Amino acid sequence: MIADFLHYDFLRHTLYTGLLIGIIAPLLGSFIVVRRLSLLADALSHVTLAGIAFALYIDKRWGIVAISPLYGGMIFSVIGSVLIEKLRSVYRAFQELAIPIILSGGVGLSVIFISLANGFNTDLFNYLFGSVSAVSQTDFLSILGISIFIIIVILLFYKELITLSFDEEHATVSGIHAKWIHLLFIVLTALVIAASIRIVGVLLVSALMTLPVAAAIRVSKGFKQMVIMSIIFGEFAVIIGLVTGYYLGIPPGGTIVLTAIFILIATLIYKRIRTAYKGGSSDESTRSRQYA
Amino acid sequence: MKQPAVTMHNVEYTYDRSSVLRQIDFELPRGSFMGLTGPNGGGKTTLIKLILGLLKPDKGQIHLFGQPIQTFKDWTKIGFVSQKSNAFNKGFPATVYEVVSMGLTGKLGYFKFFNKTHKEKIHTAIKSVGMEAYTNQNIGDLSGGQQQRVFIARALVSDPELLILDEPTVGVDAENVDRFYDLLKKLNQEQGITMLLVTHDTGTMTKHATDIVCLNKTLHFHGEPDDYTSLTATDLSKFYGYPVNLVEHDPDEKEELS
Ligand SMILES: Nc1ncnc2c1ncn2[C@@H]1O[C@H](COP(=O)(O)OP(=O)(O)OP(=O)(O)O)[C@@H](O)[C@H]1O
Ligand SMILES: [Mg+2]
Repeated sequence: MIADFLHYDFLRHTLYTGLLIGIIAPLLGSFIVVRRLSLLADALSHVTLAGIAFALYIDKRWGIVAISPLYGGMIFSVIGSVLIEKLRSVYRAFQELAIPIILSGGVGLSVIFISLANGFNTDLFNYLFGSVSAVSQTDFLSILGISIFIIIVILLFYKELITLSFDEEHATVSGIHAKWIHLLFIVLTALVIAASIRIVGVLLVSALMTLPVAAAIRVSKGFKQMVIMSIIFGEFAVIIGLVTGYYLGIPPGGTIVLTAIFILIATLIYKRIRTAYKGGSSDESTRSRQYA
Repeated sequence: MKQPAVTMHNVEYTYDRSSVLRQIDFELPRGSFMGLTGPNGGGKTTLIKLILGLLKPDKGQIHLFGQPIQTFKDWTKIGFVSQKSNAFNKGFPATVYEVVSMGLTGKLGYFKFFNKTHKEKIHTAIKSVGMEAYTNQNIGDLSGGQQQRVFIARALVSDPELLILDEPTVGVDAENVDRFYDLLKKLNQEQGITMLLVTHDTGTMTKHATDIVCLNKTLHFHGEPDDYTSLTATDLSKFYGYPVNLVEHDPDEKEELS
């Protein structure tokens, strides 16, 4: 089944790009999930959409590709991420407020640019739900560059990121520049989202960042192991999702996310069976009374 | 003579409008084991946050190891176990090893990776609090007292010269409280680590501390455990009940402060 993917150029670029985002999305997603910022990815993906719509609008209005949608999305997304960090420091006690503000701002801008460009077209549909045929060689090379950059930065700042995610006060006391590491983290998240949108689409990109992590967190010990497992799950979801999406003629965003959900369910069942087999319910998530 | 670990001179601090600390003159000599006590809301945590640089005093000067706090850079000389340590996200997927390793993050600095020596240090710190059997367990799966010991290991792993503990024994059972104080005493006596310990458990504290400080907006007592235990009940009830009226200094304190 995968033969087509290696045979046709456009599919090959999609597959390779998919393999890259299968690494970087769960990698960043691991930090997002443990910091309870899952909605952050949603906010940024809608800002990215505004950037994409902006690039498409310029293209349509003046017939020039001033910026490619990939870079348009990336620029908007990074600006959005910096704004979120700013808003979070303004509303110290209500940090989650930053997320709906930026999310609605992103949707508002998107609507404006889309209607200025005379409404929906298939291109935009591809951006919403992903596409198997949309990745050009240039896009692939850009995303390859971004992915390498992201992985290197995460490796360099891994210990600061995990220390800060676990206990911000302790991190600050031990001399870590919390503000700068936060900013770095959120900008990286913006880059990952912009890179992933071609394949999974605006609406489902946050799922690829969080679902593999949600599955991994149930069956792993420690942070490092969770990151590795979430990347394995992410790759599974991307490969299976891309191939089935292609053969069924469905946007891959849908099939990738559904595969990720199946993986999640499988890990939940596995965990259930294992705890049942052990004879006890050591499952910390079941706070309800154990004698039904 | 070495500079004291901490000195505060006429420090004041106010949150928004309510004044929390006033006229704080205080010295924490190196190698001492100081117990800090006082009623809820007396400002103990605030005092500690000032020492850690998490808050800036409105007035007065703070010196750490003889250096003005504004220019102090050696933050890894200070280990800290917060009152809120146990409020972390219990689902956070980090092993005991990973949590303790976080104590080295600041000491190592940016762009550095853990090497073999660091890894041994982490194992030694875990052993020193008797948690080696749990090295690869998730922190959230441990009991409250065990978690607290892991946080102490995290504070110890960077070889601090001053260890600040804000009510570290809350939720720890009596037997483990004793073992915990023994551990602190050992660190204090064998490794010369200066201790600043906040606790409401004055009974246990007077048994172990070398210095005792009572804080309720201002310093009400600063002396040795024996002097503290000889305070009369009326002294104490005044201290807890009518903080503003009683700012008497006893001679011992004058001696230590001058
Ligand atoms: N972030 C804050 N904003 C405003 N006021 C605060 C803040 N933190 C503490 N306070 C106030 O400062 C006073 C001192 O608080 P602090 O936490 O230092 O007391 P404490 O001695 O540590 O008490 P406890 O024994 O309960 O831990 C209290 O009256 C409290 O209401
Ligand atoms: Mg306190």
